Amino acid sequence: MAKQGNKKNKAFSWDYAPALEGISHLNIKEKYDLFIDGKFVKPSSCKYFDTINPATEERISQIAHGSEIDVDKAVKAARRAYVNVWSKTSPSERAKYIYRIARLMQERARELAVIETLDSGKVITESRDIDIPLACNHFFYYAGWADKLEYAFPNRKVESLGVVGQITPWNFPLLMAAWKIAPALAAGNTVVLKPAETTSLTALKLAEIIKDSGLPNGVVNIITGYGDTGAAIVNHKDINKIAFTGSTQVGKIIQKSIAGTDKRVTLELGGKSANIILDDAPIDQAVEGIVNGIFFNQGHVCSAGSRLFVQEGVADIVINKLKRRMDKLIIGDPLDKNTDVGAINSKEQLKTINDYIKIGKDQGAKIHQSSSKAPKKGYYCVPTIFTDVAQSNRIVQEEIFGPVLTVQTFRTIDEVIQKANNSPYGLAAGIWSDKGSRVFNLSSKLKAGVIWANTYNKFDPTSPFGGYKESGFGREGGLHGLRAYVNLK
Amino acid sequence: MKRLEVLKTYKIYIGGKFPRTESGRYYTPLNKKGEQLASVSQSSRKDVRNAVVAARKAFGGWSERAAFNRGQILYRIAEILEGRKLQFIEELIFQGSSKSNAEKEVNVSIDRFIYYAGWCDKYSQILGSVNPVASSHFNFSVPEATGVVGVITDQTSSLIGLVSLVAPIIAGGNTCIVLASESKPLCAITFAEVLNSSDVPDGVVNILTGSQEEMIEPLTTHMDVNAMSYSGISKNFEKQLKESSALNLKRVSIYSKDWIKSDNQDLYMIADFQEIKTTWHPIENIGGSSSFY
Repeated sequence: MAKQGNKKNKAFSWDYAPALEGISHLNIKEKYDLFIDGKFVKPSSCKYFDTINPATEERISQIAHGSEIDVDKAVKAARRAYVNVWSKTSPSERAKYIYRIARLMQERARELAVIETLDSGKVITESRDIDIPLACNHFFYYAGWADKLEYAFPNRKVESLGVVGQITPWNFPLLMAAWKIAPALAAGNTVVLKPAETTSLTALKLAEIIKDSGLPNGVVNIITGYGDTGAAIVNHKDINKIAFTGSTQVGKIIQKSIAGTDKRVTLELGGKSANIILDDAPIDQAVEGIVNGIFFNQGHVCSAGSRLFVQEGVADIVINKLKRRMDKLIIGDPLDKNTDVGAINSKEQLKTINDYIKIGKDQGAKIHQSSSKAPKKGYYCVPTIFTDVAQSNRIVQEEIFGPVLTVQTFRTIDEVIQKANNSPYGLAAGIWSDKGSRVFNLSSKLKAGVIWANTYNKFDPTSPFGGYKESGFGREGGLHGLRAYVNLK
Repeated sequence: MKRLEVLKTYKIYIGGKFPRTESGRYYTPLNKKGEQLASVSQSSRKDVRNAVVAARKAFGGWSERAAFNRGQILYRIAEILEGRKLQFIEELIFQGSSKSNAEKEVNVSIDRFIYYAGWCDKYSQILGSVNPVASSHFNFSVPEATGVVGVITDQTSSLIGLVSLVAPIIAGGNTCIVLASESKPLCAITFAEVLNSSDVPDGVVNILTGSQEEMIEPLTTHMDVNAMSYSGISKNFEKQLKESSALNLKRVSIYSKDWIKSDNQDLYMIADFQEIKTTWHPIENIGGSSSFY
């Protein structure tokens, strides 16, 4: 097992003994089929692709590559289930099915957490304490809405949409599947979901749970595959709504390709969120917030605080403390409970990140990287910050989706509002200050869907999430998340 | 001797001013009797861009106005409209409406502004929420104006189609660029005069006349327009609108309603042009836990 820790000051620091999560209890099949109409079925093409553990570059399992034909089968099953069963199931019974799924997920939480870590590269403490509990809680939260929808939309009659097509990303695989499936079912829709190709396993484990829950066949269908599989869902004629989480580039393609149809769409896309440290901020907490903002989940977070703005009076102290803190981050085996920064999700993503690091250097920014060493095998990226960056630098403007932070300084509130809002994105923002009136001034002027004041990267099933501008439209979570899955008459 | 009537030159409305189109072009729509309505400005791509600049400039101030104040201004629009009722009725009749329909259209238009005026300081309370998160944080969601909205009004009506789309958009703190009905453009410009004398800040509503087909492209592809509102039946327009909105992920709302009906107005039309912003703040759990209350 690769050893991690800060080697530089070895004489003064103790290394952590490895604290590995066991994997012997896992139940992973060698090959996974598509989940259609309540059964696991072979893909029509008979094609499978490998899913890789990014921390070891070893194959975990093989995943079916669904084609247009498979998508069509799944949509037909979902339509049948909608017409014959699900739309006739009483709302309170719908709620009970969703509660049951939540409970079964809780019972298998440990297995789900370890599989999530193996498949995605995220650290086990995160999958165990954040991803999986939040995914379970999301089902719990929306279950209760199923028979209370008329309270959510005053003065209107609430109707389900029909069959919804959902496409999820690889950064929070099971959590994003929960964000999509739970509100869709609560509102009375049936689902065809495609997980991201590098992280299909927990969605397939969820399919097993759904099967065990006794949910009527066809209400949820899981079709694994690549972009072509996703496109087949987007373009299928009998789908009423598309919900997509992923890149802004693909989001635009989806919006364009459904033009001229009556399909509804919600998009949760990229970001380049500002994390703003005012000169009266609680500095140590702010530094933790910066680290959590950009290095949480290896920076694979659409709402990552990837643009740091520090007020000039405290810039030196904040940046110095940040660098010291970065040196203490442990990079390595995601299964080790001591690890802070796990593996980059895929070889392709690691290349993207490294390309951006090169672009940053080429455009004249000053780089600083954590002195912690990453394991030789596996896809890893050392936490990186760039200072001396200009607003126009590509690393400031474009989403990197990795542990790479740009640092800018500012003098006045006007200046930082202007710089923070100068982005096509508008997903999230962080504000650090001990003064409430300053926080509320900034929070009302920043064009972002989520504002974290004196905190960062917090999520909850009751809390709506989603962006302004090119970060997409629609909200997931909370009462507002229901709107995406209902028709108001 | 019969007095010679003074005819009005119909201009366009950008940033609180009444220019003719920069292109110098005009067109002459006819009414059912074949009479020329006027030499109406045929606005250009450049006029669209100027209107977007004016709307963006007005957005910060308008969206940050107190909700109560926005309500007062919408009420003022209704007041001024009421005072100029006869002029609108006359224009509607000239453009082909019967007297009773014209009267009804103006009355509903006035009442629609009263309706949305009342919503200005209430929709946040219905559309917002305090969210009981499981961690130790205070968390709340509020609606905020989406930004600059492009409005393509119904071809079939001169006034009520425009009023029905614009009122919920500006009630919600957005600013807009309106493409008026091509065949019945007169009331749109007279309505601009109402806006101009109703304390509505310059640039909040900008109104262009001309060929919708020509203007839809520069408006829907403009990268500084955040949303589109369309009322009409053209499937081609609808497709083009959605396709070009994908360039910068504009929010698109399409309505097909009989606006003259008094119940075709509601909160959810305001909600269509709102973003939900959720704010988190930690709650420090030190002290207080053992106190009696």
